[in-house]
Amino acid sequence: MPIITFIRLDGGSVNIAADIGESAMQVATRNGIDEIVAECGGNAMCATCHVYVDENWIDRLAAMGEEENALLDGVAAERQPTSRLSCQIKIKQDLDGLVLRFPERQV
Amino acid sequence: MVTTGSAGVGDGRAGAASGSVLSDIPALDVDPFAIEFFENPYPAQQALREAGPVVHLDNWNVYAVARYAEVHAVLNDPLTFCSSRGVGLSDFAKEKPWRPPSLILEADPPAHTRTRAVLSRVLSPAVMKQIRDGFVAAAEAEVDALLARGSFDAIADLAEAYPLSVFPDAVGLKQQGREHLLPYAGVVFNAFGPPNELRQTAIERSQPHQAYVQEQCQRDNLAPGGFGACIYARVDAGDITAAEAPMLVRSLLSAGIDTTVNGLGAAVYCLARFPEEWARLRNDPSLARNAFEEAVRFESPVQTFFRTTTKDVDIGGHDIGEGEKILMFLGAANRDPRRWADPDRYDITRKTSGHVGFGAGIHMCVGQLVARLEGEAVLAALARKVATIEITGPVKRRYNNTLRGLESLPITLKPL
Repeated sequence: MPIITFIRLDGGSVNIAADIGESAMQVATRNGIDEIVAECGGNAMCATCHVYVDENWIDRLAAMGEEENALLDGVAAERQPTSRLSCQIKIKQDLDGLVLRFPERQV
Repeated sequence: MVTTGSAGVGDGRAGAASGSVLSDIPALDVDPFAIEFFENPYPAQQALREAGPVVHLDNWNVYAVARYAEVHAVLNDPLTFCSSRGVGLSDFAKEKPWRPPSLILEADPPAHTRTRAVLSRVLSPAVMKQIRDGFVAAAEAEVDALLARGSFDAIADLAEAYPLSVFPDAVGLKQQGREHLLPYAGVVFNAFGPPNELRQTAIERSQPHQAYVQEQCQRDNLAPGGFGACIYARVDAGDITAAEAPMLVRSLLSAGIDTTVNGLGAAVYCLARFPEEWARLRNDPSLARNAFEEAVRFESPVQTFFRTTTKDVDIGGHDIGEGEKILMFLGAANRDPRRWADPDRYDITRKTSGHVGFGAGIHMCVGQLVARLEGEAVLAALARKVATIEITGPVKRRYNNTLRGLESLPITLKPL
């Protein structure tokens, strides 16, 4: 199982074994990581599962779609070049070691 | 006893869904479109959930799912459970729809994908940022005015008045004729139900409301900068045709007001009934958005929708034939103890993500961000300005085949 590292807003980090096929949003919410809100439940509608992908990983993710790109224009915190919606990051074996950080706010 | 798996009459496909497998699908004598059900749906919803993953409702000869897992699965498999044959009991393959079908609600991919993308952009998170300040200011003014009155009806004077004060302007509607908006929505949501008195009466009286809506959907009647004008801009961009634009504006007018009215009504009713949760909200008004979301889970203002099977399918180990209507109990799924801890408790700090009060999947409410913005704005204003909410008169329920909400909720607010 790929291990995903979440860097919490308080600076602490959590390593979580993820299931292939679930989304990074699901990995986070399933493990009580409150920095993710996910109001729409993973339907790519609300932009409240915003994450900053570690710079070493951003180019290794599947490219974002047009809809995700548009949604990121509406995130509550600052959009950065490493911004993604975690509901659109599907866990695969080659994401073992992925590091994700959180914005200050989601809504 | 289920004697046939076919929900339709005389569809000429005898045997398509019959057989011994069906006989073990529990049959229930529950009418979810009856007044008694509206008054207290919870014992029946529990019976529906506990009977099995799929049940047959003999009253309307239809299959139904009431557990969270099955409701969520049906919502997320639009190729097997289609919307183009209508999302009410009426099967558009067999019966003429009461109005031209919606290009988004009553459509399947790939046609749905294009129209959905247009409304998603018109109601996107980025657009919400632009309208947010105006919606918040209107909520503050509304609550100030209500505090000055002290006692009022939380349905007419708040749950209806607030959405009507912000949403039609956001769409860009003219002032004249707005009194048709709520009656029109009432017809739309009653029409998803079975051919009972509620549906028949609503459709019989719908003509003036339909005429109003059709007229307001025309480009000349929509103010620049509003949601309506934004839809028409996509005609100019070549994304939709000139004939499709008024139909998409119609979707805003069908589903954009009565839903939030009932969502707001649910939230105020919850906060008035559960003083401990109201106290938590007052202590931390930043919980307003989740307090609204939890009210949507708890009361499920949109109670039910239907899908139609496009092929033979297995639900929870039971074979269901092609062309069958499946009734999804969103409200029952939102209180399924298999999914929710202490489901009958209104808890404003609950992790609500995943509730199906707005649906799920490709047809999930496209206006959900507007609904949340309205809910958050009103509840935050109440939390900051009001000390107590007290119910001071008889609470009356409003009857609709799809929408759950109140007709009257007399309350008294006391200021800080």
